[in-house]
Amino acid sequence: MIELVKLTDAQKKSRRGRNIALGLVLAGLVILFYAITIIKVGTGNV
Amino acid sequence: MTVIDNHEVLAKKGENGLSEASARDYFELLKPRVMSLVVFTAFAGLVLAPGHINPVLGLVAILCIAVGAGASGALNMWYDADIDAIMTRTAKRPIPAGRVSPSEALAFGLVLSGFSVTILGLAVNWLSAAILAFTIFFYAVVYTMWLKRSTPQNIVIGGAAGAFPPVIGWACVTGNVTIESVVLFLIIFLWTPAHFWALALFKMGDYEAVGVPMLPNVAGIPTTKNQIVAYAVLTAIIGVVPSFMGFASFGYGIVATVLGVIFVHCSISVWRMPDGDVKMMPAKKLFAFSIFYLFAIFSALLIDRLVAVLISAGAGGWL
Repeated sequence: MIELVKLTDAQKKSRRGRNIALGLVLAGLVILFYAITIIKVGTGNV
Repeated sequence: MTVIDNHEVLAKKGENGLSEASARDYFELLKPRVMSLVVFTAFAGLVLAPGHINPVLGLVAILCIAVGAGASGALNMWYDADIDAIMTRTAKRPIPAGRVSPSEALAFGLVLSGFSVTILGLAVNWLSAAILAFTIFFYAVVYTMWLKRSTPQNIVIGGAAGAFPPVIGWACVTGNVTIESVVLFLIIFLWTPAHFWALALFKMGDYEAVGVPMLPNVAGIPTTKNQIVAYAVLTAIIGVVPSFMGFASFGYGIVATVLGVIFVHCSISVWRMPDGDVKMMPAKKLFAFSIFYLFAIFSALLIDRLVAVLISAGAGGWL
């Protein structure tokens, strides 16, 4: 029988906040890499 | 010297051992106030450098330099958690306050260091990435782990870490390190001791409690006052050098001279401070003015360049 870890309310709240922040950072990185690639390809400096 | 050997005892977690750290706590690990100064001086290096950089790549460069500086701040907080817990100025930082565990801060700092250096190298150039990597290493290892707890000259040598951002900004545009960027480096490098020792004077008790050998604690207050005046004079002199070298105007030279005279005047007020002065108001004033001085000098350089660009654009329009 596996005993599951039960998160406290504070832990759930902080985890949700961290997940949102991490999601935003990852989305930002996607845009950043896309922009860098387009600029590099545009200038022929790949 | 290590006040608390087991860093992990600082971490406060729930009964199940899982973190309660918020995203804001991680942001605090990046030392946002120091980061703002780094962003500003790196931006100045980027703008003052001769040549052109794509604005988006310029933005990426500033972002990478900011994140790299933040990463070194996180590594600093990881290593210094033991003394941060004792000093009043730093006791509320995320690790000593128990909101982030030391191992989480270490991983955070290392990952951000790797990302910032790699992206800067791939997007801009590898010279600037190499200087950023060296800066992170210098701050986290040479200053934090070695110099800070071993010599009263810690912030003199360690100040180099804070002086590199304009050099990185300059290298992003030119792919080179030139004498002009070294002058920008020297402005921050020579400014750091007067700035930090002013703080060390009125926070002597804190540094004494944790055994960090700051100059006032080791060499005494009179020696510190003498050295503050000496470095303030050197800072005032190097501040006007851009004007003499021709990469800033005569107008900038006047502004830098006025700021330098005030900086030296504040340092002389500290020098004249009576021995038994507990409040140390002149030292507090010098610390506050030193922050303004650096922002003002780099702002003046930026405005000077903007005016020069507008004048040349205007002249080009008429011809």
